[in-house]
Amino acid sequence: MGNSVLLAYIPIFIFMAIAFLFPIVTLFVAKLIRPNSGGEAKLSPYECGVDPDSDARQRYAIRYYVVAILFVIFDVETVFLFPWAIIYKQLAFFGLMEMLVFLGILIVGYVWIIKKGALDWA
Amino acid sequence: MNLDSFIDWILLPLIKIGILFGLLSLVIAYLTLLERKIIAFMQVRLGPMRVGPHGLLQPIADGIKLMLKEDIVPSRADKIVFTLAPVITLIPAFIVFAVIPFGPRSIHIPGFTIPGLNVQVAERTTGFFITDLNIGLLYVLAVSSIGILGIILGGWASNSKYPLLGALRSAAQMVSYEVALGFSIMGVLMMAGTLSLVEIVNAQKNAGAWYVFLQPVGFILFFICGVAETNRAPFDLPEAESELVAGFHTEYSGFRFSLFFLAEYAAMIVVSSMAVTLFWGGWLRPFPNIAALGFLGLVPGFLWFALKVLVFLYFYLWFRASWPRYRYDQLMKIGWQVLMPIAIANVIVTAVLVLWLGGSR
Repeated sequence: MGNSVLLAYIPIFIFMAIAFLFPIVTLFVAKLIRPNSGGEAKLSPYECGVDPDSDARQRYAIRYYVVAILFVIFDVETVFLFPWAIIYKQLAFFGLMEMLVFLGILIVGYVWIIKKGALDWA
Repeated sequence: MNLDSFIDWILLPLIKIGILFGLLSLVIAYLTLLERKIIAFMQVRLGPMRVGPHGLLQPIADGIKLMLKEDIVPSRADKIVFTLAPVITLIPAFIVFAVIPFGPRSIHIPGFTIPGLNVQVAERTTGFFITDLNIGLLYVLAVSSIGILGIILGGWASNSKYPLLGALRSAAQMVSYEVALGFSIMGVLMMAGTLSLVEIVNAQKNAGAWYVFLQPVGFILFFICGVAETNRAPFDLPEAESELVAGFHTEYSGFRFSLFFLAEYAAMIVVSSMAVTLFWGGWLRPFPNIAALGFLGLVPGFLWFALKVLVFLYFYLWFRASWPRYRYDQLMKIGWQVLMPIAIANVIVTAVLVLWLGGSR
């Protein structure tokens, strides 16, 4: 049955709908039975008892951006390797060589990143 | 859509989802009790003892308490995103379970006739899994990554300093270990030649050995990365209570907080289940091809699966009781400069070995 590949996704959508309903229903039930007193001090952001004097959304370390960019590069690499790994037994020697070239280029880049100190956090 | 496909793709999955959802909530609830008990015993304490015998009703009391707690939305928070964030974290944590095979395709349902309507229902065989996607493993990796979004959104929407720092750390950590995690399962894929989780377990049966014996390095990498991905000790920096209060969920209270909590524990179960499925033979009994040990097959597959998952969950708790937390620079260094090279080397070595041994056979 050819379309069973697509039909196999139906249960996932059903599951998604149920998983979506669960927090909504429970939050709604909780809303009905919990107290709700509020108050200015209670609703202010937690800063160990001190009144927050500024917005929390300030600039933060550039390291996080670097890590994010590196993640995109290397994760795309793994995504490319997935299909390769699946048919590796058919590709045999050709596949091995192909992968070595592909990984080789990325390893050069990886070594360069380490040498540049992009991964040193401190 | 005819009756047979309706039963196959809607009715049966619906029943299974219901059972799974109930079981999952129960397991998560009692996992929290187990965690408190085990860590207590390791520290020569008793743990919860008051609610029910040996504290057995503690999770229920906790649940009721969380429902009754006031749900605070900070005045400076972005209300919509703040509300949405826990839901975004929770949904992927649950729907990942749709493809995890808890047992073989062996539930036999005999054919019958619906009385009164005179409709014949054919006999069918179904499995201990909700659905078997041909890209199951990719689905798991993709969907479980969405959880990070909820954490970042939650930290950002709180508009408070600790959650923001916690969310950033969390995101950077999960993203760093995701790469090594992807590489660590490449060896399994090469040997199994499929992304379907059911087929990967079957491939281990055909290979006559659980993949952990063929891929020990891959397994260790996978589990380390898995622990880091779920933000658990010793990689629990996003929630480092000594420096960040509670990390990304500092501003969350009441049931909204418990949604994050549920998602974290569900993610732990997912990582344990994936470790079992990919490396420890899923539902297979030990030594699946040795007929002399056939009596082990009397224990149903899903019980073997549950037992193995429980072992890994125990490891999680054991780690938390045993190891101190890493420093943040150490964490990033381990992810990028230790695990990554080992994982890449593992891929290359496995590729050469698969070719070499596969050719001689």
